[in-house]
Amino acid sequence: MIAGSTDAPVAAEVRSRVLAALDTVRDPELDEPITSLGFVASCAVSASGQARVRLRLPTYFCAPNFAFLMVADAYDAVSAVDGVRGTEVILDDHFASDAINGGVAARAGFARSFDGEAVGELHDLRTDFLRKAVMAGTDLVCRPLLAAGVEPAALVGSTLGEVPPSPELDRLRQRRVELGLPAGDDAPLLIEPVTGAPVRPDAVPLHLRRARTTRVGLDANAGICRGMLRQRYATTGEGEESL
Amino acid sequence: MYEKDGEKYFVVDGHMHYWNAAPDNWVEGAEQYAKGWIECFYGYHGLGPEDTRWPMDKYQKYSEETLMSDVFEDGHVDVAIFQPTYLKEWYREGFNTTERNAILAEKYPGKFVLNTRWDPRDGDEGLTTLADNVARWGCKGVKLYTAEWRQGSRGWKLTDPEAYRYLEKCQELGIRNVHIHKGPTIWPLDKDAFDVADVDHAATDFPALNFIVEHVGLPRIEDFCFMATQEPNVYAGLSVAIGGLMHARPKFFAKVMGELLFWVGEDKMTFGSDYAIWEPKWQVEGFVAWDYPSDEFSDYPRVTTATKKKILGLNAAKLYDIEVPAECRLDTGEGTPAAPDDAQLVTST
Repeated sequence: MIAGSTDAPVAAEVRSRVLAALDTVRDPELDEPITSLGFVASCAVSASGQARVRLRLPTYFCAPNFAFLMVADAYDAVSAVDGVRGTEVILDDHFASDAINGGVAARAGFARSFDGEAVGELHDLRTDFLRKAVMAGTDLVCRPLLAAGVEPAALVGSTLGEVPPSPELDRLRQRRVELGLPAGDDAPLLIEPVTGAPVRPDAVPLHLRRARTTRVGLDANAGICRGMLRQRYATTGEGEESL
Repeated sequence: MYEKDGEKYFVVDGHMHYWNAAPDNWVEGAEQYAKGWIECFYGYHGLGPEDTRWPMDKYQKYSEETLMSDVFEDGHVDVAIFQPTYLKEWYREGFNTTERNAILAEKYPGKFVLNTRWDPRDGDEGLTTLADNVARWGCKGVKLYTAEWRQGSRGWKLTDPEAYRYLEKCQELGIRNVHIHKGPTIWPLDKDAFDVADVDHAATDFPALNFIVEHVGLPRIEDFCFMATQEPNVYAGLSVAIGGLMHARPKFFAKVMGELLFWVGEDKMTFGSDYAIWEPKWQVEGFVAWDYPSDEFSDYPRVTTATKKKILGLNAAKLYDIEVPAECRLDTGEGTPAAPDDAQLVTST
């Protein structure tokens, strides 16, 4: 395709759709979009519909399994965008950049990309961290209720439909859907993230404690990652939230 | 010793280093890893206050004089515990070995506790080296780095049968304290690299050893907390927690401290500056002056002067039989233990 003046607005539109697609890709460990974390170093779409995305991470030694998931998820999300005819996602400045970039481009899966160093794919890992996201999300939804005077015991009989709408509630529902856990209006607010069973009344205080600790862990981790990224790169990422 | 408002704090820096990460020490063919490693450390360094930051060349290799004045003269530290990190795949003489640390430990008696290390992949030879190190230097502690690369292997677990042989040997040799670092590249890569389940098992099977989880299991503080609350011999090493969060993310620091005080308790938390990632001065002074920033934290355990004295030095002094001057000791019963009732509720994870 010959890039003409009429193609530039089209490419710009496709680019904004690509950025929106990248907003749906999360760091599975931090449960936040790679865009707002500042991990998208650049994003370009050519007149012929070739999308080129460069990703970056807070350190050279960030966990390769999570890095692989982000690159692979970004590749899938960008490839599915209307108007994209070719996709390249490159992770920069990482000790496993070559294995990850090559593996994702070849659609090889994680185990083949890290031959000999991994025996399985990353579904279990992703599931573990989605469960953490559900616990942290439970804290985000319940804390305002408790602050408003709701007794912990009263949360046992509550359903998701009875909780006032909020972005945090939407997010909690979405994570529960991803895990195949009940997420409808009549689903209990408090459930065990592994089994989906309602939390027993006597287990509520501990459940809420654990939810809070999980959220604190996620927040602290994300805080350190943001700080490290800032030390490593002077530029703002595409769609990055300011500190 | 640090004195503030009439209170005297005996300071044990439970986790510090004397490293050489300069290009003269990089292994040929592995330069990118040696460089990547110290740059990664330098990223953490940037989370400290701006006026405490070093230029990269100083950070790669600092002198004995620099260390002695940063830690003991300016940094208020009474006794510092050397925790070695070998990384010989990347650094020719090692990053920070027992031998290198011993140069200073032998030159300045009473200032340092010299810990050594082992790696279960060293087999019988490693057991002999461990015994030799203990005989030569009287080591009472080891630092374990499960993520260390070695001949194609990217790490190991504390529950490996070979590791159990070493833990048995530790008990036999009189080593009491096992500091364990959870690193990012543990094999196999398809599992969670920071899983603390192996510490849980080892702590149960070796009740006579203390397991100090350095960096409090970051970035899996919750897993660490739920595990540590069930194991009487598991401690929280605060290296990185104070240095990486107290200045850069004060609100998160307050929450992390609150969680640790709740689940682990002030009797099982130890300060470590992680020098030369950060200097101890601002960490000690900042921690003594620290309290929760607002009422939002009112349901976390309170932080008292006794809490700070224990964390900054008294707990580690107990672990290593370090004599504490009478003026810095606490009366029996001072301080607040972790919430035992709630902790006992944790029976499954």
